[in-house]
Amino acid sequence: MSDAIKAATLEYATRLGDDSVVLGHRISEWVSYGPFLEEDIAYGNVALDYIGRARMFYTYAAELADDGRTEDDFAYMRSDRDYRNLLLMEMPKGDFAYSQVRQLFADVYYTVMLPELLQSKDETLSAIAAKAIKETKYHLRRSREWVMRLGDGTEESHKRTQKAVDALWGFTHELFDMDETEQMLADAGIGVDVSKLRDTWLKMVSDILTEATLTVPEDDWAVRGGRTGYHTEHLGHMLTEMQIVHRSYPGCQW
Amino acid sequence: MNEISLMPEEQYRRLQQRNAADVKDLWDLLDQVKDPEVPVLSIWDLGILRDVERDGDHIVVTITPTYSGCPAMNTITDDVIAALKASGYDQVEVKTKLSPAWSSEWMSPDGRRKLRNYGIAPPEDAELDDDGLTPDAHAQCPHCSSRNTRRISEFGSTACKALFQCNDCNEPFDYFKKI
Repeated sequence: MSDAIKAATLEYATRLGDDSVVLGHRISEWVSYGPFLEEDIAYGNVALDYIGRARMFYTYAAELADDGRTEDDFAYMRSDRDYRNLLLMEMPKGDFAYSQVRQLFADVYYTVMLPELLQSKDETLSAIAAKAIKETKYHLRRSREWVMRLGDGTEESHKRTQKAVDALWGFTHELFDMDETEQMLADAGIGVDVSKLRDTWLKMVSDILTEATLTVPEDDWAVRGGRTGYHTEHLGHMLTEMQIVHRSYPGCQW
Repeated sequence: MNEISLMPEEQYRRLQQRNAADVKDLWDLLDQVKDPEVPVLSIWDLGILRDVERDGDHIVVTITPTYSGCPAMNTITDDVIAALKASGYDQVEVKTKLSPAWSSEWMSPDGRRKLRNYGIAPPEDAELDDDGLTPDAHAQCPHCSSRNTRRISEFGSTACKALFQCNDCNEPFDYFKKI
């Protein structure tokens, strides 16, 4: 592995880990607030899948960095400006419709992205994708069913779900952005060229929204910045809560 | 006519690997290590024990997680080290291997039987839906064997299970998902 490719792969694994840990944490915020017990357990399980993915990506990043850092340092010892997650993942959980719509957007994204990552020439990234693909099938079925039920439900649930779709739409464009680092990895057959995936994502999401009697928004606004460390104010608050124990009690074990 | 039971290829390969190993005694020893979430199954039964190698006094055990976020992996690692230590092996290294990704196909036939007796329906006790996922009904109840059951949650007490309820005996039960 050349130095440039290695540095880019480290950055890439960190980005994918950041996406997973931030979304995983947001989902975990629903634990004990679910509409009923089974749903509460389901959400907890999905959060665990994402946190598990983050651990695999960070462990690989730490291996590539080879500077004594561990997966925990990646998760707990970096501040919001160092995080490279997509903004969609960090938005506060909002109401149940909001979280399920975000989950649908993310689940469809992983449904189209992971099979590409599976083809990576990098064995570790490919192995992580192989595990995540299987889990994502279950995630998508669940978020799809909820969006269907809420969109095509009562007047109130429809209104809230449409509001969530409209509020989140502008954050989805960033999912398909490429920069120099990711382009280099895509050219090397290591990373995914996400810019080619938007059409498939849009088709799948539009079909589901339409079936749920929801309106697919116009593409008239977009917010970007997560991949360069420019976040919404929400990430800092989230990380404060996520990192406080680790930072307050260095080396703490139980 | 006698039925010839067919073993899935993956299970057959695992069994071959274990029987052909020159450290067969270590495989047998590790077959005693139970999964902390499903204590009737050993890590062999579950298919997460992937390899055992010995180089002099140094033992390398390879395990694989069922789900990415399986919280049991740390406990399993500790249990593997403790089990080997109790038998006099001090130099133990436990490696986690992600690829190939764990499949419920790897579960041993004995494991499936034990699972059912424990009150958890094994993967083959439900017919999967068109997408190859857990169906919304008809997983066989491990308590009364009825097929008149319904899914009440996509996810159960752990990521590897879904929750069902039997319409005949009314008991809720876990179904071990096929992945």
